[in-house]
Amino acid sequence: MILGLETSCDETAAALVTDDGHVRSNIVSSQAALHARYGGVVPEIASRRHLELVLPVVKEALQDADAALDDVSRIAVTQGPGLVGALLIGLAAGKAIAWAGRRPLIPVDHLHGHVASLYLEPAPLEPPFCCLLASGGHTLLLDVRTHDGFAVLGTTIDDAAGEAFDKGARLLGLGYPGGAELDRLARQGDPEAYRFPVARTSGLDFSFSGVKTALLYTVRSLHQTELAERKADLAASYERAIVTALVRRLLAATEQVGAERMAVVGGVAANSELRRSLPSARIAPLALCTDNAAMIASAARYREAIPYPGYLALDAYASRDAA
Amino acid sequence: MVQLTSSSVEETERLAARLASVLVPNDVVTVAGELGSGKTTFIRGACRALGVGAPVTSPTFTIGHRYEGRSPISHLDLYRFSGVSAAEWGDIEPYFERSIVFVEWPEAAAGALPPVRFSVGLEHLDAESRLITVESSDRFLLEGALRGADARL
Repeated sequence: MILGLETSCDETAAALVTDDGHVRSNIVSSQAALHARYGGVVPEIASRRHLELVLPVVKEALQDADAALDDVSRIAVTQGPGLVGALLIGLAAGKAIAWAGRRPLIPVDHLHGHVASLYLEPAPLEPPFCCLLASGGHTLLLDVRTHDGFAVLGTTIDDAAGEAFDKGARLLGLGYPGGAELDRLARQGDPEAYRFPVARTSGLDFSFSGVKTALLYTVRSLHQTELAERKADLAASYERAIVTALVRRLLAATEQVGAERMAVVGGVAANSELRRSLPSARIAPLALCTDNAAMIASAARYREAIPYPGYLALDAYASRDAA
Repeated sequence: MVQLTSSSVEETERLAARLASVLVPNDVVTVAGELGSGKTTFIRGACRALGVGAPVTSPTFTIGHRYEGRSPISHLDLYRFSGVSAAEWGDIEPYFERSIVFVEWPEAAAGALPPVRFSVGLEHLDAESRLITVESSDRFLLEGALRGADARL
């Protein structure tokens, strides 16, 4: 069994996954509530939260799987991209558990982890396929030919899709992060009520800062009562603009690389409009859309394990291009 | 203090490139302004001038990006912070090591940041135009970077 650890951003997560891809446990200690800047809760965003949570989360993952550390053959941990201090907590914990148990360590790229969420049982997807990875921090189109990696076909040039949803929610007074809230509100609105421009970008890249600014100006142009009345329409139209951009480029990318299947992973894969718009795409199960450690353990199945003492030198990386 | 009007994304990027030309490692540039005012755009223009070829994108969710240009560059975003505690500063501090640092939404870190070389403010004038304010305690550096910019804009 593989013990996976994930601490790249807000979530402290641990999971146990069997070598053949069955998820035995998947614990995510959501810190989202702590990060709601306008929710009136303790708003600290710091790695010491990961430090406090990482061992309890590992213990819970073991308990949930009815397993002991002896049942774990190797440790998988997110190496980047992410907040360096947060990543280092997971890396240090992974190194310590590996060293104490005389087990090898497998460093995993967070983005590869998202893709590998599709390789888990009960319905693993086999490459090749074209994959949209959309979350709060990333928006990428990937050409996936093998289990152990991918080629990047396109990326956002400004805001991530999940960030566009969250900031749009903020502009509509739904709080932050409010992507899910915006999705709920949008279901009551008319997606054709407003036209928000879907930015033209070259090739398969995305741009979402223009549509965000367009929403800002529309909100500003409305009186308060009018805004309250049209809020659902604004949410629906805004959502439609973002989803249209995502869908169009995923379809274009799929055609460009000649892939027969497409998939969507990452937190934005939970968006209902996106799911509705891509009936033929494979979409990651909800529990595996947002950051989790099962996907990290899954990706580790296709990477070489590093024995002692080699893994001690592993360092975290902040950005994809610095990997 | 220098105030300029930019009437397009390209002009904002060009102005940022001028500012970038005088930056050296350990310089901190704060970039303030409300949603959609062009903070990431400004920083992208500066990063391009500093030799960064990789995508320069908003770090709102991930908090920090690192780029390699003619020197190491950090791109921080404190949008999700409401203040910066000692523990939070511990996470951010490594991004300041021997790097040129750009900080979006710097308000949360008021007083916690190292000395700031340039403070940039962006304001909406209309859908395309922005009022750009650049302040620095080093008047000569500011003039050196932006001399002639007034006439152009």
